[in-house]
Amino acid sequence: MKTSVRPFLLVLLAILASPAAAGAGLNVVATTPDLGALAREVGGDRVEVSVLTKPTEDPHFVDAKPSFIVKLNRADALIEGGADLEVGWLPALLEGARNDALAAGSPGRVVCSRGVQMLEVPANLDRSKGDVHAAGNPHFMTDPENGKVAAHEIAEGFCTLDAASCDTFRANLDRFTRRLDEKLTEWKAVLSSHHGAEIVAYHNTWPYFATRFGLTINLFLEPKPGIPPTPAHLASVIGRIKSNGVRVIIVEPYQNRKTAESVAEQTGATVVDVAQYPGGVEGTDGGYVELIDYLVRAIAQALEAGAARP
Amino acid sequence: MRTHPRFLVVAMMFLAAPAAHAAAPVQPESPRAVEESYAEALIAPVSAVTSPPAPAASPTSTISVGRIGSAYMNVSFDTLLDLGWSTSRGGLNLGGHDPASRGFTMPNSELVLDGAVDPYFKGVADIVLSLDADGETAVELEESYLLTTALPWNLQIKAGQFFTELGRHNPQHPHQWAFVDQPLVIGRMFGPDGLRSPGMRLSWLVPTSWYAEVMVAILNGQGETAWSFRSGESVEIHGGEPVERPLRGAGDLVYVPRATVSFDLSDTQTVVAGASAALGPNNSGPRAATRVYGVDAYWKWRAVSAQAGFPFLSWQTEALYRSYEADSRAAAEDEDAALPAETLHDWGGYSQVLWGFTRGWVVGLRGELVAADDGAFASELRRDRTRVAANVTWYPTEFSKTRLQYNHDRGDQSESDHSLWLQVDFLLGAHAAHKF
Repeated sequence: MKTSVRPFLLVLLAILASPAAAGAGLNVVATTPDLGALAREVGGDRVEVSVLTKPTEDPHFVDAKPSFIVKLNRADALIEGGADLEVGWLPALLEGARNDALAAGSPGRVVCSRGVQMLEVPANLDRSKGDVHAAGNPHFMTDPENGKVAAHEIAEGFCTLDAASCDTFRANLDRFTRRLDEKLTEWKAVLSSHHGAEIVAYHNTWPYFATRFGLTINLFLEPKPGIPPTPAHLASVIGRIKSNGVRVIIVEPYQNRKTAESVAEQTGATVVDVAQYPGGVEGTDGGYVELIDYLVRAIAQALEAGAARP
Repeated sequence: MRTHPRFLVVAMMFLAAPAAHAAAPVQPESPRAVEESYAEALIAPVSAVTSPPAPAASPTSTISVGRIGSAYMNVSFDTLLDLGWSTSRGGLNLGGHDPASRGFTMPNSELVLDGAVDPYFKGVADIVLSLDADGETAVELEESYLLTTALPWNLQIKAGQFFTELGRHNPQHPHQWAFVDQPLVIGRMFGPDGLRSPGMRLSWLVPTSWYAEVMVAILNGQGETAWSFRSGESVEIHGGEPVERPLRGAGDLVYVPRATVSFDLSDTQTVVAGASAALGPNNSGPRAATRVYGVDAYWKWRAVSAQAGFPFLSWQTEALYRSYEADSRAAAEDEDAALPAETLHDWGGYSQVLWGFTRGWVVGLRGELVAADDGAFASELRRDRTRVAANVTWYPTEFSKTRLQYNHDRGDQSESDHSLWLQVDFLLGAHAAHKF
């Protein structure tokens, strides 16, 4: 029994020594893949980015896995959307992570909704209206202009944490912002012929996207935010789709596609797969620009195909 | 412990307080001009939507209880209502917040307050109200503790009264339970209210590349929430008259060490395993001690594109063993009779599977076993027993649920009991973030 102590101690030492092997640069944790993509754009090779949620996952409901606590414990910076999107799971993780660098108000806590003009801020809070967020609709990243605001916040945060690399971060931010501006002109042109076109969505994820590109996304398969579709509500949606001549229904990876398909079948509309997060649908793994590019083209294509049909 | 109308007045004041902060502090400075396109969106026909900034609270507007980030603390209130019928007239359920055997019960209404105390501490209070069989309201300070947020070296201290982190079930509040009743083994080892006692807990997050946490709690270990230790109710375990056993030194405190590890087996599967113990004196005699040891495991799968957390499959198992030194003691029922010094061994466990098969719907199955060796006193709480429970729960949203559960009990004389419970649960206010 005596001889078995030494290997045990060696293992213990190896365990304790392992975290020292962290790479150079800032260790950054982003809550969702869109913010992770922005952190990579701005941080370049000066940061190591890991993302907590999966692009196919419902961001309102995420399991607070213990492995996330470990990531947050070691992070130099946490990038979150804020506006209550992560409220159901992030506080429990931060409590476990005991990392003062990520405390609210610290330079290491980057809240991307800061500086974003929030839409749909409720006048009063009433859960009989469904899952309405106190700070407004949290899905602001679907508007590329807000992507710029978030990237700016991230760059500011990185500069405070790593002043020596600040020039690099600013240069990366400039490049990213210019690229977004160019693409934005292109995206607006692609969707310009569909100004005012009405689209049905499963959940109220898209007000920022709709506002930016002149679309109307006011009709949802959910009767209230976060409340599953009911037959009576779907019947009224079907009626409105028919009377308004709506041709496109958009569905995210974690939503019930069958419900959308059955509505589409009864109305002649087309179901288009969309996602809020890079990697949520095929062809969007590249990053934030690729994601918006996909959304604009997929929706434009579906609207055109719909218009071509009698 | 009895009705205190003043308590309700204080509670109302708490609930009303955040309204003063409800005028939404919308970020006024936007780095870019507000474009007119947003003005169109602001008149979009979505109910309950208006332009920022939100109007100030008026007497007609809803009281904005627990608006996160706009008050100094979050406030929530959760109530359980049970309706049941059983072939037994009572005594089957060991939990203080379990349904009674027949009729309606209100076993647990809890007011939870939490928030940052200052840059160094977080504070949590959990005040439970319940109605007993006579309609009297009982008030319990279930938890009230301080948690450090800024200690170095991955350390964290919790201090106050808190559910001791021993195994997976003991630290949970009744509205988080997957079944309407607490596992039998928890009732046997820790009594109707679980193990909790004023004290403190030191935890260290081990700096490994996977999750590993070790902690030790030090508790006063006296009273009915320290059932296996210096508790007046220990007579139910050993049948003797408990002795006066005031705290003499650090050796008379209860020590609860625990280690937990967790791994992600894949993108969709996570396991957590833990081992705990609770070591301390009991009051069967002046030198007697109790040792409880437990192991627990949890596995969960969740679909890669889960909606509102569904579908999922989880499995949770706990096993506990207790060695209780009963000193030579006078029998409580007959002062002339003496009970010999002996060590009582109890063990038991449960295993439960939950399947969230579609959005909002969960079916659960739990099997339990509790057993003990023979002691000089034939305790009702040490008889061998098995129980199987099956239930189905509907969560319309994360703020309410309705649960139907069937229990089949089997005792050591092969006697059987059947019970059926219906439970509804609602939560007002801020919904606390879930731990894994």
